[in-house]
Amino acid sequence: MNALTLWFHKIGSPPTFYRIAGAWAPWLFGVAIVLGVVALYGGLFVAPADYQQGDAYRIIFVHVPCAWMSLFAYGFMALNAFIALVWRIKLSEILAMASAPVGAAFTLVTLVTGSIWGKPMWGTWWTWDARLTSELVLLFLYLGVIGLHNAIEDRRQAARAASFLALIGIVNVPIVHFSVNWWNTLHQGSTVRLMGESHITGAMVWPLLVMTLATHIWFFASVFARSRVGLLELEGGKEWARDVALADAPRDTVTAHG
Amino acid sequence: MGKYGDYIWSAYAVFVIVFAIDAIAPRLSRRRVLAEIRGKLKRRAARETSP
Repeated sequence: MNALTLWFHKIGSPPTFYRIAGAWAPWLFGVAIVLGVVALYGGLFVAPADYQQGDAYRIIFVHVPCAWMSLFAYGFMALNAFIALVWRIKLSEILAMASAPVGAAFTLVTLVTGSIWGKPMWGTWWTWDARLTSELVLLFLYLGVIGLHNAIEDRRQAARAASFLALIGIVNVPIVHFSVNWWNTLHQGSTVRLMGESHITGAMVWPLLVMTLATHIWFFASVFARSRVGLLELEGGKEWARDVALADAPRDTVTAHG
Repeated sequence: MGKYGDYIWSAYAVFVIVFAIDAIAPRLSRRRVLAEIRGKLKRRAARETSP
């Protein structure tokens, strides 16, 4: 085995990953919260009002980063699902399943904040157009993955079945992304572009970018915290998980059985 | 926030509430899983000590 494979196997072993994720998660949560508060403050009080939408556009600072994350989380989930199915790596099954609820949370926030934004701007809470409908399908895919994972008794079989569903659902990701170009839709086109000029001014763009960073960090914090629980659940009978359980016990239960 | 105040604040509130739940959920399930593991250990210890 070369050094990289060796490192991968070491990191991928449940007790090691449990420990590393446990060390990182609180810091990631902390950094994400600090950045998030800075971005919210910038979005609400520093950024100027939009010439067309007035203050209502401020919903962009929560809506757009969450929408990006809803796709990013799906990509991360599908990638891990792929690794889990091909190489049967336990940690990848756990990571794929841990990303589903976080991705679902981002998708839910995207849909709800979009709806709240749509009411004053479009005059409707909801419309069955391409962007909105495909994002709703994304939410159902996440819920399907979570549901399937909970429906099967054997944890590893459950993770593999749900991974398979996650992998099939990846076709929806480009549909969500390109829907505003492929179809006529009420939803506005992209505001921020990686390539070419963004349609937004500097005082508006920094809170958006800081929030984007915050949501990415939050995603990994939450996935780490969730995969720790997943590993404990999967390896409940193993020595290391028992040690964690006993170390965590309230004092009287520890003394009760030595 | 002008006439859109209600919309903006409710959108931000949804954002904060959903992620507060997202942060708390794994802590609660971790507690449950650890209690289950301890329960299993305790039952096994009881089986081994009983005649």
